[in-house]
Amino acid sequence: MKKTIRLVSTLVIITSATWLTGCTGTPTTTEEPKAMAPQVDPAIIAEGKAITMGRTKGNCLACHMIEEGESPGNIGPPLLAMKARYPDKAKLRAQIWDPTAVNPESAMVPFGRMQVLTEDEIDKIVEYIWTL
Amino acid sequence: MKKILITLAILAFSAATAQAGPEEDRTAFIKHYEARFPSVPREEYVNGAYAIDPIGRENWEAIEEFPPYEPFIDAGQTMWEKPFANGKGYKDCFPDGPAIAHKYPHWDKEKGMVMTLPLALNECLKANGEKPLKYKKGPINNILSYIAFQSRGKVINVVVPADDPRAMAAYEEGKKFYFTRRGQLNFSCASCHVQNTGLKVRTEILSPSVGHVTHWPVYRSKWGTVGTLHRRFSGCNNNIRAKALKAQGEEYRNLEYFLSYLSNGLELNGPGARK
Ligand code: HEC
Ligand code: HEC
Repeated sequence: MKKTIRLVSTLVIITSATWLTGCTGTPTTTEEPKAMAPQVDPAIIAEGKAITMGRTKGNCLACHMIEEGESPGNIGPPLLAMKARYPDKAKLRAQIWDPTAVNPESAMVPFGRMQVLTEDEIDKIVEYIWTL
Repeated sequence: MKKILITLAILAFSAATAQAGPEEDRTAFIKHYEARFPSVPREEYVNGAYAIDPIGRENWEAIEEFPPYEPFIDAGQTMWEKPFANGKGYKDCFPDGPAIAHKYPHWDKEKGMVMTLPLALNECLKANGEKPLKYKKGPINNILSYIAFQSRGKVINVVVPADDPRAMAAYEEGKKFYFTRRGQLNFSCASCHVQNTGLKVRTEILSPSVGHVTHWPVYRSKWGTVGTLHRRFSGCNNNIRAKALKAQGEEYRNLEYFLSYLSNGLELNGPGARK
């Protein structure tokens, strides 16, 4: 079952990469994209959002303000302007995978190291958080 | 050990005081909280999060107008007064009367362990051929509510006797437990109740640990009834996906010993009501 989902989402990535402009409704132009930063499938971002918000998954709202989330805690800083603050996505991922690597006193959950989330789930969270 | 020392650094302990005894620990905790909440008077700490959360406090004061724990006090009084099958009763085990909560926990030299009130109650029952009570839920909370109510105003004065090194060892075990990260979510008690006191996990304001033990048992709206301190310990352990330990087992009793020492000088105000 899991495999099928993965297969489907891979297909989605491929199709949406092909049809991206059409799907997102952004005006189609014939110009070449200026920056070749690969666009991320909105479905992945939506999944990432669900994992981020889910109380039994990331539950990031327990500690972080996120603009679209209800009843946030304030143990960690608000998650805002993430792209500007983390131009390097890998660094953002590392913070989520194991915050204690940078700050041994961190109160944040080491989501990857303690296997609270799967690698795939963390990847999706990163994509979502990066849009904030 | 290294980890614990690092964590103690949160309390701004110097290397010298990291080796400190209970009194230095208590002072360091109080200093930490008073720096964070300079306008909160010392005696307010018995009210937990409501000492530092004006909105929560308003709701709580409204609840206290018709205390939800009252029926449990009454049921506890009945238990206290009702003779056992052998004709004796709690009164015979505790000749000083029901206002005894401030005498626990204490170091029992003869048994070489921390003696808590729930444990003493069950010893009384067993000695009289009665079935012991469960330690987290149920009727133990009635008798504890009655004793807590009768003990209101008594002052906590936990002693770690210098003449028995095992007492200090038990205190140290409790302290180590408090500062050790555990569970899949990797929290120690201190992560929430020292490092982040006053901040919010979702909508819950984290309370200081000074004052944590003054008001048990507690009627929690979430539980819909009164529960024991060790039930709370297991709850906080479960929340961080750590295995909850046995209520009244050695680890939790030592934890209670350490935690209660931190509240020395505060008045008992149980039973309590919390969210
Ligand atoms: C229990 C509290 C807690 C939880 C849950 C938590 N965090 Fe954090 N987070 C923190 C704290 C505290 C910091 C501050 C830096 C540090 O101590 O690591 C932080 C920092 C961060 C940062 C760096 C922010 C910056 O300004 O540089 C990011 C990104 C982040 N968290 C993302 C997440 C995501 C995504 C989740 C959920 C999957 C999450 N956090 C869950 C407490 C938490
Ligand atoms: C992930 C955060 C977290 C951790 C870790 C944690 N707690 Fe708590 N604790 C809470 C929250 C939230 C509450 C409810 C709000 C409050 O009173 O602080 C609470 C409440 C309590 C209370 C009741 C306070 C009162 O006024 O009645 C006690 C006692 C307590 N915790 C002890 C502990 C102990 C002991 C540990 C470690 C074994 C621990 N907690 C670990 C979050 C935590």
